Amino acid sequence: MGTRNYRRKTSHSEHGPGDGGRTGSWRVERPILDKSLCIPCKRNKEACFICWLFCPDIVISRTIPPKIDLEYCKGCGICAEECPTKAITMVDEAEFSKEDKE
Amino acid sequence: MQAKTTILSLPTEEFVHPGTRACTGCGLAIAYRVGLKALGKNTILVVPPSCLTVLQGLFPVASTKLPCLNVTFASTAAAATGILATLKSQGKTNIQVAAWAGDGGTSDIGLQALSGAAERGDNFIYLCYDNEGYMNTGVQRSGTTPLGAITANTPFKGKLQQKKDVPAIMAAHHLSYVATCSAAYPLDLYDKIIRCKDMPGAKYFHIHIPCPPGWGYDPRYGIKVGRLAVETGYYDLYEIVNGEFKLTAASEKLVEKRKLVPVREYFRAQSRFKILTDEQIADIQNQIDAKWAAYYKKDEQQ
Repeated sequence: MGTRNYRRKTSHSEHGPGDGGRTGSWRVERPILDKSLCIPCKRNKEACFICWLFCPDIVISRTIPPKIDLEYCKGCGICAEECPTKAITMVDEAEFSKEDKE
Repeated sequence: MQAKTTILSLPTEEFVHPGTRACTGCGLAIAYRVGLKALGKNTILVVPPSCLTVLQGLFPVASTKLPCLNVTFASTAAAATGILATLKSQGKTNIQVAAWAGDGGTSDIGLQALSGAAERGDNFIYLCYDNEGYMNTGVQRSGTTPLGAITANTPFKGKLQQKKDVPAIMAAHHLSYVATCSAAYPLDLYDKIIRCKDMPGAKYFHIHIPCPPGWGYDPRYGIKVGRLAVETGYYDLYEIVNGEFKLTAASEKLVEKRKLVPVREYFRAQSRFKILTDEQIADIQNQIDAKWAAYYKKDEQQ
């Protein structure tokens, strides 16, 4: 067996998002951003971005305003806890499903 | 001395994809993400079975953008040596090899391979993330589980033994760089990795990682708990460059302030320490005070 054959038999993963599936379905609380309190939004320049730094799942973008990718957000609430101006609040996910039904 | 990185000067390029299998509010995900930013694109990772293997995903999808070799538990540092030898034979000198292992894979199972590689002086970075237990298999005790912590196999009395001081073991190998970091201070971790990159021989990092399911706290308080560990003086951030010990970041500021948060607050924030009695906590507080009294004394002498 040559090297080429051997190489074909190794398990080689390709990188891509969503290895754990759409992890947004794990969420029980949804982060909601209040733009009137968010520092980069208020000043309209690059500042703060603590939520971006501490997000474990890389779902908060480093933009003005910061965007939260709800498809993968697991709803841990670290962003809400660390935000210096409390601009992010965690809202029960059940309230959104009620809205969807209506 | 390089300038300190701020949030705004931290590179925006990400090497981890969203939607990993890591638990909600995982401290490792924060440290891993920032650590990879510091290691950069030209890096080959070596990972033994650990929470990080869970985070990196199952075949055929991987959540890390960098090449990664998954190896057996005991052989992390040995595999890193192998990669270094291959790179040397191919004449590639600009590629960094980094081994990321859990605390069990470092302090218990992988210690002999790590010690061997450190003694040989292989030029790689070894990062041990310490979530103080075998969290990925269901919270079993490891060598670095602290005294009094309840785990799956110490369910009633908590762990009866002391935490193993792995950074001190590695410092005894006379490495060019040994550092302790915390997931609650990711910028400090970033700065330290950048600083040690060009140093010769093996470099060792010990990263304190808050773990919501294993430690028993609400995921949203992850950073707060990690920060409390440092502010109470329970876990100190330092670096040892060529044998010279120096406290860094938040711990350095604590020496200036001469004021520690009572360690009780750290213990009471987590359910794994619920069986610790007030006498035990007072005892641990005394040990911490003695440790910090030595730091204060050293600071006055300078």
